[in-house]
Amino acid sequence: MTQAQNIPVTIVGGYLGSGKTTLINNLLRHADGKKLAILVNEFGELPIDADLIEAEEGDVISLSGGCVCCSYGNDLTSAVMDVAQMQPTPDHIVLEASGVALPGAIASSLSLLNNCSLDGIVVLADAETVKSKSTDKYMSDTIMRQLTDADIVLLNKIDLVASEDLHATREWLNGCSNNASIIETKHSTAPIAVVLQDFERQSQPLDSGAPQHVDQFHTYKLDMEKSVDPKHFAEELIANTPGIVRAKGFVRDKSGDLKTVQIVGKRFAISESPDNVECGMVVITVQP
Amino acid sequence: MTITIFSARKIITMNPARSNTTHVAIRDGHVLGSGSLEELAGWGDYVLDETFKDKVIMPGLVEGHSHAMEGTLWKYTYVGFFDRMDPHGKVWSGVKAIGEVLARLKESEAKLSDPDAPLPAWSLDPIYFDNERVTRQDLDKVSETRPIGVMHASGHILNVNSKALELAGLLKTGIDHPGVPLGEDGLPTGELKGPDVMTPVGVHVGFDRDMLSCDEEGLIDFAKLCVRTGVTTATDLAARLPDDAVAMMSDVTGRDNYPARIVPLRFHHGVTPVDLIEHVLKLKELSSDRLRLGMIKVVVDGSIQGFSARIRWPGYYNGADNGLWYISPEQLREIINMSLEKGIHIHTHTNGDEATELVLDCMEEGLRQYPSLDHRFTLQHCQLADRAQFRRMAKLGMCVNLFANHHFYWGDEHYNLTVGPERALRMNACATALENAVPMAIHSDAPITPLGPLFTAWCAVNRLTASGRTQGESEKISVADALYAITLGAAYTLKLDGEIGSIETGKRADFAILEDDPESIAPEKLRDVKVWGTVQDGRIFSAADL
Ligand SMILES: [Zn+2]
Repeated sequence: MTQAQNIPVTIVGGYLGSGKTTLINNLLRHADGKKLAILVNEFGELPIDADLIEAEEGDVISLSGGCVCCSYGNDLTSAVMDVAQMQPTPDHIVLEASGVALPGAIASSLSLLNNCSLDGIVVLADAETVKSKSTDKYMSDTIMRQLTDADIVLLNKIDLVASEDLHATREWLNGCSNNASIIETKHSTAPIAVVLQDFERQSQPLDSGAPQHVDQFHTYKLDMEKSVDPKHFAEELIANTPGIVRAKGFVRDKSGDLKTVQIVGKRFAISESPDNVECGMVVITVQP
Repeated sequence: MTITIFSARKIITMNPARSNTTHVAIRDGHVLGSGSLEELAGWGDYVLDETFKDKVIMPGLVEGHSHAMEGTLWKYTYVGFFDRMDPHGKVWSGVKAIGEVLARLKESEAKLSDPDAPLPAWSLDPIYFDNERVTRQDLDKVSETRPIGVMHASGHILNVNSKALELAGLLKTGIDHPGVPLGEDGLPTGELKGPDVMTPVGVHVGFDRDMLSCDEEGLIDFAKLCVRTGVTTATDLAARLPDDAVAMMSDVTGRDNYPARIVPLRFHHGVTPVDLIEHVLKLKELSSDRLRLGMIKVVVDGSIQGFSARIRWPGYYNGADNGLWYISPEQLREIINMSLEKGIHIHTHTNGDEATELVLDCMEEGLRQYPSLDHRFTLQHCQLADRAQFRRMAKLGMCVNLFANHHFYWGDEHYNLTVGPERALRMNACATALENAVPMAIHSDAPITPLGPLFTAWCAVNRLTASGRTQGESEKISVADALYAITLGAAYTLKLDGEIGSIETGKRADFAILEDDPESIAPEKLRDVKVWGTVQDGRIFSAADL
């Protein structure tokens, strides 16, 4: 069993009203042939835009383009196991954590499943409310744990706050989620290649469905002709690339073997590379 | 319309106007009256039934927090520390050491003909073995070729053998998960903590994925346990209640010989508040006499011994992180408000006092918007509530169903590890509830602890822990109060106190038939009161003939 066969899972976290549902609909609209399996805590107040739905049966909704959406209630692990077994096999699983779930804990549970691998934890934060919510009598520690768990924070709904408030919120966020890249968004319109690792298309311009935001991302390629220590390389790349959001590619290690290197925020993973690949890394950064 | 009059050594009626009588007359499954034979003869021609003339009759016991899956679990091998009776009346002796656990597993192993069949077992509790843990190597001695899984009594930990780990792809090094302890060899020890870790391996050792589900056989077996423990009405708290499960439950409970009234609550998970309310309103319509639908259970936090309960400052005694919310305040508020508006009855699971506080806050807000004079929303478990919270419950018209059994099984652990000595004393504060006039029930949470309200009553009266210490002298209650809690008290939390819970004119002919008198037996012997069986809806069920 090689890493390459594992289905990547992206965990989408964040408190109620932060824009998780909108993000998921955006991903589905830009899936572009990728078969996404969406897992949501619950159906209702329709998690999926009506025009994307093809059929609904019990806990599974079939969506256009071979995508599916399932609700998992309180049994998340079983749901991921079920979805990973589906035919055709999904290309990517997007797991919407409930508003009170800790995405880090979900990520460690996923690490025990054999046919899945973590692609990253994306946490949405409502620019208007996240700071005040973080001092809530009951939810304070939950919100803070969500933000600390994140690899990428989408600071969402920035159009609803004044620029000085946005600045303050961003500064504060920098302090509390120091492992994450922070990306500012309106209407949860982050490019799919940022939210979901998508190597094949990363050399193309990023299409977020919201052109005004593409500008904040920068994509470039590293040739990687020389052999490296993959772990050391990944650590250095993260440390020396301001605004790094994601990177993926293949490098040759000191013994001449090809390795896959994947980076999201400050997290990286190294695995055996598939056959017939060329060396090179694609890096996405975000302008602060 | 035959009238039957039962004679008894003593009838405990729970009717203060005549608390003890000798005869009870029934017709059409209801009580005509209780008193002397002379008085009852006035109702007309009767048949005198003297089956119970040497027995003590009390109102059928009401279990306000149990799970029908207790019936299902008996399909698996029992390896608990305490003696426990199965649905067929066999008392399984408790196993007192790891060696005995393995010996019992070997016995079950020998009975399996399919070499690949899994061997599931349940109710292990290593705290009673000086916390010596069961390892995969131990279980490998039972079998190296078939997967074996042993569920802990708390339901929060599963021990498995190497084969089970192998099938789940976890017999490898490099696992980094707080719920998967590793041995010196870098491989998992076979102990798996928490539902997210247990599920992927559980499916290989024969544990059904949905541990809350209960099949037809399980529901039948559950009712047998009810008869053996004097229970005539029990909750199934809670399930998702999809159509096929409801159809099965309607069918089974509707059978002429089904001996219990089941009250299943709809679990809040997996649907939005709006859909939840809609589903429950539909379920209500499907209710029958022995299947009472239409209530909701909302789970707010986890468990104290699993460190997933939400507790207030200063948190866990051992410094563990605060627990988990299973619902957001917004959604809880929405469910509470809509239920108050539409007259739907909610029970909330809160173990930690922070979770309890949140429910109290939401209720206070909700009631301001939707005043409701008799909502009887019930705080289930509510183990850590302090006196101020009980005063709030009283003001808000809330009921409480305290986990008296917990105190016996895990009281020592709470004292030493989870909440520390002071708060351990106030856990499951029955006396405080009564002092503040909060309507109170007490429960087993079967299968977490065994079904048996008289045992639960004993726990609340004596507050002994498994090690024999009295924990929380000031929270002990009297036998009379405890007997009330397991009859009318629990019935009240289900809004069934007008129908059941006492023996008086007009009520259901639901009786617990006892060999001993719980009112005169020594309080410390209350758990030893023997149960002959029940009368449910006027039908006689002898435990010996099940
Ligand atoms: Zn329970």
